[in-house]
Amino acid sequence: MIIGPIGFTVPWLLVALAALPILWVILRAVPPAPIRRRFPGVALLLGLRDDDSVTDRTPWWLLLLRMLAVAAVIIGLAGPVLNPRDEGDTVRTGPMLIVLDASWSSARDWPSKSALLDTMLAEAGRASRPVAVLRLTAPEPPVFQSAESWRSRLSGLAPSAWAPGPGDMAQAAAVLGDTSFETRWFSDGLAREGRDRLLQALESRGPVTVHESAVPVLALTPATVEDGTLQVTARRVSPGPTREISVEAHGRDPSGVPRLLATLPLNFEAGATEATGALTLPAELRARLTRFEIAGQSHAGAVTLTDDSLKRREVALIAGREDREGLELLSPLHYLEQALEPSADILDGALMDVLPANPDVIVLADVATLSGAEQAALLEWTEQGGMLLRFAGPRLAASDVARSEEAPLLPVRLRAGGRSVGGAMSWGEPKALAPFAESSPFFGLPIPDDVTVSAQVMAQPDPTLADRVIAQLSDGTPLVTRKRIGTGQVVLFHVTANAEWSSLPLSGLFVQMLERLAVSSAVALPDLAELQGTTWQPVQVLDGFGTLSEAGTLPGVDGERLISDTIGADLQPGLYEGPDRRFALNVIAPDTELAPTTWPARVPVTGLERPPEAPLGGWLLAGALLLLMVDIIASLALSGRLAPARAAITGIVAATLLIPGGAEAQTQSDRDKALLAASEVVLAHVLTGDPQLDEMARSGLMGLGETLFFRTSVEPAAPVGVDLEMDELAVYPLLYWPVTPDQPIPSAEAYVKLNDYLRTGGMILFDTRDANVAGFGASSPNGRKLQRLAAPLDIPPIEPIPDDHVLTRTFYLLQDFPGRHSGRPVWVEAAPPDAEQVEGMPFRNLNDNVTPVVIGGNDWAAAWAMDSRGNPLYPVGRGFSGERQRELAYRFGVNLVMHVLTGNYKSDQVHVPALLDRLGQ
Amino acid sequence: MTLSAPLRARSESEASRFPALLARAEQLAGTVLLGEHGRRRAGMGDDFWQYRPVQAGDELRHIDWRRSARSDTQFIRQREWQIAQSVTIWVDQAASMRFALGDDLPEKADRARLVALAISILLNRAGERVGLSGDEVPPRRGEAQISRVAEALLREGEADYGAPQTEGMAAHGRALFLSDFLGDIAPVREALTAAADRGVQGVLFQVLDPAEESFPYRGRTIFESVGGTLAHETLKASELRDKYLARLAARKDELRTLCSKTGWQYGLHHTSDSAQSALLWLYNAFDGGHGR
Repeated sequence: MIIGPIGFTVPWLLVALAALPILWVILRAVPPAPIRRRFPGVALLLGLRDDDSVTDRTPWWLLLLRMLAVAAVIIGLAGPVLNPRDEGDTVRTGPMLIVLDASWSSARDWPSKSALLDTMLAEAGRASRPVAVLRLTAPEPPVFQSAESWRSRLSGLAPSAWAPGPGDMAQAAAVLGDTSFETRWFSDGLAREGRDRLLQALESRGPVTVHESAVPVLALTPATVEDGTLQVTARRVSPGPTREISVEAHGRDPSGVPRLLATLPLNFEAGATEATGALTLPAELRARLTRFEIAGQSHAGAVTLTDDSLKRREVALIAGREDREGLELLSPLHYLEQALEPSADILDGALMDVLPANPDVIVLADVATLSGAEQAALLEWTEQGGMLLRFAGPRLAASDVARSEEAPLLPVRLRAGGRSVGGAMSWGEPKALAPFAESSPFFGLPIPDDVTVSAQVMAQPDPTLADRVIAQLSDGTPLVTRKRIGTGQVVLFHVTANAEWSSLPLSGLFVQMLERLAVSSAVALPDLAELQGTTWQPVQVLDGFGTLSEAGTLPGVDGERLISDTIGADLQPGLYEGPDRRFALNVIAPDTELAPTTWPARVPVTGLERPPEAPLGGWLLAGALLLLMVDIIASLALSGRLAPARAAITGIVAATLLIPGGAEAQTQSDRDKALLAASEVVLAHVLTGDPQLDEMARSGLMGLGETLFFRTSVEPAAPVGVDLEMDELAVYPLLYWPVTPDQPIPSAEAYVKLNDYLRTGGMILFDTRDANVAGFGASSPNGRKLQRLAAPLDIPPIEPIPDDHVLTRTFYLLQDFPGRHSGRPVWVEAAPPDAEQVEGMPFRNLNDNVTPVVIGGNDWAAAWAMDSRGNPLYPVGRGFSGERQRELAYRFGVNLVMHVLTGNYKSDQVHVPALLDRLGQ
Repeated sequence: MTLSAPLRARSESEASRFPALLARAEQLAGTVLLGEHGRRRAGMGDDFWQYRPVQAGDELRHIDWRRSARSDTQFIRQREWQIAQSVTIWVDQAASMRFALGDDLPEKADRARLVALAISILLNRAGERVGLSGDEVPPRRGEAQISRVAEALLREGEADYGAPQTEGMAAHGRALFLSDFLGDIAPVREALTAAADRGVQGVLFQVLDPAEESFPYRGRTIFESVGGTLAHETLKASELRDKYLARLAARKDELRTLCSKTGWQYGLHHTSDSAQSALLWLYNAFDGGHGR
């Protein structure tokens, strides 16, 4: 039976609802149980009679409550179901084939697909239908098995990172067999060749239902570099309304941890299927990019991997002579800079300075001799994969390098002097270039006619020479030679990098040669010819959900297949490693077109969502239970037995109300504290968490305050303890910070506050209280703790307090600063290096500001500490000398507070005679 | 004694708020014992009254030599004649007194004891002799008597409703009865009559719980006395309210009439009111004859 959207499994039980009015009457008539009460006045009650023999009636609302509870129980037991599935016609019998596109595009809503699949398999299992699953990305002849066995293999049906190709579709149509079955096709929503044929093949064997998600497919094409910025393009299958997406650029941070490096918002205009954005990243970051991803899209089409093509190579240019100022066109590096500037980042500097930056290429233009250390460092860098590009020149020709034996950083031995052809003093014409050999990296480059070489350095004939020549002149003399060192290489151009010896640097061939040498070529994608005959090994592959995993034992692929073939099971998208570079094979190529599927009208297409059946019985029964609970409480309340419960509830409510009140009081007291500190001079100590120490610091500052009060015009209020995490610090001129080994390290926020405090003129007096900070060694636990406490603080360089520091004379003239301990130096901000004593001045003109820290270990607070009557709390020294030491400790405190409050006022007083002198005039 | 200590301490604190109460003695004759009531004439006592010239018949030892040395005649130093009264207190210790409506209010018995002891302390401080009815604690003076009274007050009775005791009541003394007077009224009538016969005047002080005044009960209820001897069941307690209140008012009227006949005073106190108000009322009651 169905009423509206609600159906009942046991509708006849609803008849019981008719009994409700009878229940009403019965419940009304039954009196509540009597209450026994103690009552002394019962003596007066004896003999009284009730006027009415009818008891107090149960109140109507309580009756209603009980009625509702009973009604809920009745309806709940009748088994109501919301959205009952009308399974009249969809249930078919016979075998069922489930066709999965299982492409990357299916991955975007795989959870809902697999949920639907699961329920479908469950239904098929209940109906004992045999089920087969056909994945179009890996078509195999369908094997009809029990639904339960498929259910357990559901997780193995995950989508692939590629889409079924036409061949796959044809094969799928071919392997269907002769049996007839019903087909449920989980489409990925993308049109592709062969779909119609497969549909016809399926329809010839039984009815077909298509399940297709309405979620639009978004895809990301590989990023390209244009004008130094990264162009990122996203596509969508069908034009729709305006949509904002964000593209995330992932990469590794300097320590190698994968991180989100940048986010780029892209906007699909209404009706547009493509959205493009430009991302500007520093070269450092760009070199570390690993992939782009559309945020929130978990499929392989929304991921595009980056390879070397996005990196700008870093090229260090180093020339042998830098002395010819102003002659730009003659500079050995001019043409190189011109050639490399658009596509590479150029590093300038001395060789040893640029090596730590680990450039991709180092160019040495006419550098003949290298020092031993330079040569060793360069050799190591080259062995690690560096590319060393050398150009010849007058210096190299004139030097003795690589004459008798092969130099490690030159590919060949050189003959002394070089040669000059076609000049005024030589025979012959300038030489042209010979065509490049097939083994040369320059193979295939067209050679312009006007490139001539008039001078060069000559290679010594060697057994290895022929292998190392990669370009030669028309007369067979080597022009460019190359030697591999470790994983790197050294390339020598036997001519200069400027137009002095040849016209090569003036030609476009020069730039192309540099590109081929991968000096600047990184931007260009490898072309088919270059890839021919190479084998590329997959390093990491993408799965359908766009996550990278190690390629494992996947076989290498031929280079040309990377470009010519479409991706599939034997050419999985991912990162491939070739001879000297990496290649990213992405799911979406720059020219991939996405189109939505079009199904013929006869095929029913449904979404993935089904309104779920919701049995309501449990809710109703729970509601009935709840109503009965309310009834218990209400009955108790009616009969007056709720008093203890009421007290408990009142208590809970009061407690709940009290909590925010407490918090408010807290902030109020904080504000009062800051207000007090701001309206008086308040000395403060840092709360260490050790109550005894905090009390000592407090009484110490109180003693110092008393001393200040009696002796100076500073009249401080009672000292306060400061919680670095909570309190405002700016209102305290001086923080006394006793150090214990076990006090907590303040949080990062607290350190931000402390640094602000120090920068804006506050002072912290660190006291390790162990008289042992002298050498700043980590010799004592307190000293070590002080180092850890002070490490995040912005403290300037410090030095032991010099004799002429203003702290020695702000109030008293002092030379040492004892506390309970004496004799250890006190450290303050170091004097500026240019401070020197002026003739006639008693002391140097030191820092203009208050020293932000004073560090010592003399346990001053203990020496200052006094109780409320003014008696010292802790013994200092012995006898009279001890009292003297305490007095000096007070004087130090007075000087310190004076220094905090007046700055370098006393230093400036040396100018008083001069000022008076001027006033007198 | 340990139990009585807090009770006594609280009573002391109650009593300390009052000036010394000098109970007015109307009956001078009878229990003539030395006390601190100035009779406004010379007699036996501690306080100085007057000097008077020596007359014939005076004993030599009564001559005040210091005063006499200042003049030619001899003087005798006379003291004020002082007497004390006996006050007998009866506190209902029955089970019906051990009742309170909620946790916030004290039991009636507790309040009655407190008030009784407080008035005892006041009277004792004023020099009166205070005791409890019955044989155990006859009227005496002194701090030790307060302890005895406190101890005796802490005993609890077994009966459901108490009846006043007239034993040990000094003739022409004064008396204080503290009870809820909810039980049978006949013993009260007898006791008052007996007391009036012996010339004892006093105060009848009724202590009631607010619940007994308002009867805040509803629904089907079985009422039981605190001792459990009496029970009354009703189906609708709210219907009984008016009848109960009428009976209570009748009981109060009866007590009031009884008092006016015997020359006693009638006081009503609710445990929801402060103990001090009760003490204040009692103070006035005992001092009430002053103006007469």
